[in-house]
This record gives sequence, structure tokens and C-alpha cells, in this order.
Amino acid sequence: MVDPRSKAALEMGTTSAVAGPTQRLVLFLSRVWAWAFLGLMLVFFVATVPIATNGSVAFLTIRNSQNILVAITPVLLLGLGQTFVIIGQGIDLSVGWVMSLASVLSALAIRAAFGAGLPLFVSVIIGLLAALGGSGLVGLLNGLIIAKLKVPAFIVTLGSSFIVRGIALLMSENTTVIGLPPGIRDYGNNALIYYVRGEGGGLYFLQRPEVSGDLLRRTDAILPYPVVLTAVVVVMAAFLLRKTQFGRHTYAIGGSLDAAIRTGIPVDRRIVSLYTLSASTAGVAGFLSTLRFAAGSAVIGDPLLLSSIAAVIIGGVSLFGGAGTVIGTVIGALIIAVLTTGLVMLNVAAFWQFIVIGTVVIVAVLIDQSRDLLIGRDRPSRDV
Amino acid sequence: MKPLLSIRRLTKRFGGLVAVREVSWDVARGEVVALLGDNGAGKSTLIKCITGVYHADEGEINFEGNPAQFTRPIDARHHGIETIYQDLALANNLDVSANIFLGREVKLRYLGGLIRTLDEGRMLRESAQALRSLEIHFPTLTQPIESLSGGQRQAVAIARAVYWDAKLVIMDEPTNNLGVPEQQRVLELIRRLRDRGVSVILITHTLPDVFAVTDRLMVMHRGRKVTEKRTIETSTPELVQYMVGALDDTR
Repeated sequence: MVDPRSKAALEMGTTSAVAGPTQRLVLFLSRVWAWAFLGLMLVFFVATVPIATNGSVAFLTIRNSQNILVAITPVLLLGLGQTFVIIGQGIDLSVGWVMSLASVLSALAIRAAFGAGLPLFVSVIIGLLAALGGSGLVGLLNGLIIAKLKVPAFIVTLGSSFIVRGIALLMSENTTVIGLPPGIRDYGNNALIYYVRGEGGGLYFLQRPEVSGDLLRRTDAILPYPVVLTAVVVVMAAFLLRKTQFGRHTYAIGGSLDAAIRTGIPVDRRIVSLYTLSASTAGVAGFLSTLRFAAGSAVIGDPLLLSSIAAVIIGGVSLFGGAGTVIGTVIGALIIAVLTTGLVMLNVAAFWQFIVIGTVVIVAVLIDQSRDLLIGRDRPSRDV
Repeated sequence: MKPLLSIRRLTKRFGGLVAVREVSWDVARGEVVALLGDNGAGKSTLIKCITGVYHADEGEINFEGNPAQFTRPIDARHHGIETIYQDLALANNLDVSANIFLGREVKLRYLGGLIRTLDEGRMLRESAQALRSLEIHFPTLTQPIESLSGGQRQAVAIARAVYWDAKLVIMDEPTNNLGVPEQQRVLELIRRLRDRGVSVILITHTLPDVFAVTDRLMVMHRGRKVTEKRTIETSTPELVQYMVGALDDTR
């Protein structure tokens, strides 16, 4: 028998703290500020770069925009894997050196395969497999130690980053791996579309136009292959995070590990997958850098680690876990790249970019926290 | 009719400490029973033996007429025993529907199962249905539940148990930390579980709750069952006497 009054009693309306228009405004701003900031920055550079260069350079040209996209691919790829890991309340400090290892491995593999008489395309595929295999193995071991032996992720990935650094430097004999087939550079630098501006120009697909001199100067490459491959990885990552059980479990593990365990989510297996995924996107980054520079480098990845974490944080992924999106990380990486490029074009000393990026990172977290305060989100303990 | 849950002479020791001593207890279908006792009386240990967190050293547990020695909590869940702890085992960053299906998500299959995506539409519809059947009304099911009140979250946890066909729901202090109106709502939900034939074990220190919803009660003291009564046959002062060990039916 249901008490007739109880129906009314169970009308559970919003009891959330979010009520007033001011609070709703703050909430709204906290969600869109990164987009707004990126937009404002673009407007700012579009307005100021021509002034600083007496009108000889424009900021948003095709060429410059493509340069920005190429510049963010490694940071973004590292950030994509990191996005998953941090949403799952972990951290992966090893991705920088894993990228280096993947670069060295893929360069060695391509050189060996091509040297053994395999066609260039097949050699490149072997290079990709070597990069993914090596980096995936590191991620798998990271994940196993974190999940099964319960060593904190910070420690495990710090340790493994040193180990991987040693391996990468040993394998590359502390020098750049060169001697790759000359055609490699095309894979890493050619574009889907070429656009030759002005007279005698036109659009070319999948084929670099045979032009020289003035026409060459008027040729813009649109969507270079590394950007295309990165875009594919972005779409796959977004799909994985938003549409699949794995993504849902990642949010659950980061939001409440206890609830995840008690509802029967295979937490250990998911954690192993998270670190394998993170290392694999770093592997793709390493592979792409080998194609782009036609050389394997054991020192290419490490400087990018902190930038990639900065991109993730600016993009709104909570270091406490449980919140964040792939598109946020893309925006975060774009903000860093636009800022860096813009400041260079304004002839501002390059070191200023670090000061600005650092400030943006801290402000991003402050905005995140003020929103959490507003909606009364419980914070997990701070000593992570 | 056979009881849903039947415990016979269950004993659990931790080293030299006997946490539960020869407890026998029956819970019928569609019955709301209170499990009472002071801190350290052995209530939690008893429950954890039932739900497979601990393994009893002696005695037997029957559930639906079959021996039930669960080795893991998830096994107990699969058999229809749902435990709702104080922290509710909800992921506050996910929405109502995601929480009801947490760990048991419904998937759509493409390309012969090669690609599997979450069937959000179906999970949302069935969540709405489950909540409706308990006459729980939320303004929206697609907001992270961190924006819900404690009582609403409690309702989500109960709806989850019901949706997954729990036959026995064990609730640990469900009205703690709730405002008075919300306490009433949760108690009302417990009555609704009973109306649907679901049994409820209510672990609580809040005696008014016991008198408000339970049919029977059992009191433990220092690991032993000291009394078992129909709720209408006892009173708060008497229960307190049992809980502090001043009264003991077994002596």
C-alpha cells in the first residue's frame, strides 16, 4: 500500500545548490572559457601581428594555420592518452620518453626493413608496428604494476620513464638514428591537399604539385599526413571515451574507485588498458616524428611531457579524476600552440610563452575549482 | 513458506576474537527486519558473511532454499542480494542512468560485435521506468548525481537494486546524514520495496526508523543474538536494554 501523500513526498525536485542566475552564469563561463580564450587569442593575434610586422605578415594564413596544426600533433597525441589516464585518476609521467623510444624503435625498424629489401610502404607499416609494440609494452607493464602491485602511478611512471630513457638512449647509441630511406620524409611531411594561389595555380589532391620558383612560394600544403593521422586518433579517442563501456568505466574509476569496485567493474583490467592506451598514443607521436624528420631521436619526447599535461589541464580534465573531454584537450593543445606561434610572430622573446602558459594552467584549475565549489562537488582527498 | 534467507549457527572468528557467535536468523520474503546492536556487536561482520565479503568459520547460510556461501560480493549480487552502504557505491560524476547501469552497461553491437557502444537510449528509458515504478520523480536523469541531495542519491541506489531484481536489500544506516523530510522519503521507499515482495535488512541506530518501517527486529550484543521480536511487541526502552546487554533472552 502506497501512502497517498507519498507521491508528493517523493517529487524530488532540484535541491542542487545551483539556483541563482549568477551561479548559472559562472557555471556556463567555466564550461566555455577555454573556447572563448582561444577565440580571443586568435582575434588578438590577427589584429596585432600585421601591426608588429608593418602589414607584411598575417596571422591566420593557410600556411600558418597548418604550421600550428603540425606543431600541436605531438603534444596533442601525448595529451590524448594522458586525458584518459587522468580522468581515471592516474598520471602517466613516462609518455615523453616513451615517445622517444617509439621514435628510435620505428627508425631502426624502418631502416632494417627497407635494408632487407622490403618496399617503402611496408617498411613504414613495420615502423608503426614497432613503435606501437614497444610503447604498448611499456604501458602494459606500467599498468600491471599500478593495478596489481598497487604502486602509485606517479612512482611507477616516474621510474619507468627513467628506464625507458635509458633503453632509448642505448638503442640509439646516444645519437640520432639516420640512414632512413629518402622517401620517408614524404610520409611525414606531404599533405592531403595542395593549394597554389593566384595565376597558374589550383588545387591538387594527394600529390605535391611539380612547381618551382614563384609558384612554389604560392603553394600551401593543407592537412599534412601527421595532422590527418592525429585527427583520426582524436576521433577514435573521443569515440572511446564517450560512446563505449571502457570510457564509461574510466569516468567511474576516476569519480569513485570504491563504487567502481563494488559495482563489479573490472578495475584492474581497465587500469592496465588506460596505461597501455596512454603509451600507445605516445608511440604514434614518436612514429610521426620519425617520419617528419626522417630520423629517430631519443630526446624528442621528453620536453613535450609537461606541455602535454598542461594542455590536458587547460582543457578541463580534473587532476582529481572523473571529469574531462577529448575536445577539451584538443582546445588546450591549440591554446598552447596558438600562443607560442603568436608570441613568436609578435617578436616577443620566446621565454614569455612559458610565463603565459604557466599562468593559464593555474587559472584553468582555479576556474575548475570555483565551479566545483559552486555545485558542491565532493573533492576526494587532496594527498594524491 | 520457506524463508528467503536462513542462517544457522553462524560463527566468525578473527584470531582469538569471536565477532559472531552461533547466530541463527531467518528473513522471510517481503519482510523488513532491523538488525540492531551497539558498535562492535557484530552486525557488520554478520552482514559481510552473508554478502561474501567474509567467509563464516562455522554454520550455514541458505538463500532461496539453496546453500549460499558466496566467495565474492559480486556473487551475492548476482544471486539477488544487494548491499547499500552509507557511501552508496555511486559515481557522483555520472548521471542517474549511468549509475543504475554501472558495471552492467547495455551495449549496442556493430560489425558482428567488433564495435560495441553504450546503448544510452535504452539505459535511460529503463532507468526512467525503474524510477517510475518506485514513484521516484527526478526533474532530469542526465545530470551528474553530484547535484542531487543525499536522499535522492539514496533513491538512485535503491532503484538500482530494484532494477537488477534484488530479492534482499541490505541497507546500512540509510537515513544517516539526511534531513527529516528526506528520511521520511527513504523510509517510504523501504515500504515500497516490501510492497513489491523485496526483503530488507535495515542496519541502524535510529530506533524511530525501526518502529516506523520494520516488521521484526534482531538485536546483537558482543557477537551473539540476544533477542528477536516482532517490532510491535517491543519498545524503545526495552530495545536499549537489549543493546547495552542489560537484557538477554538467551541467558
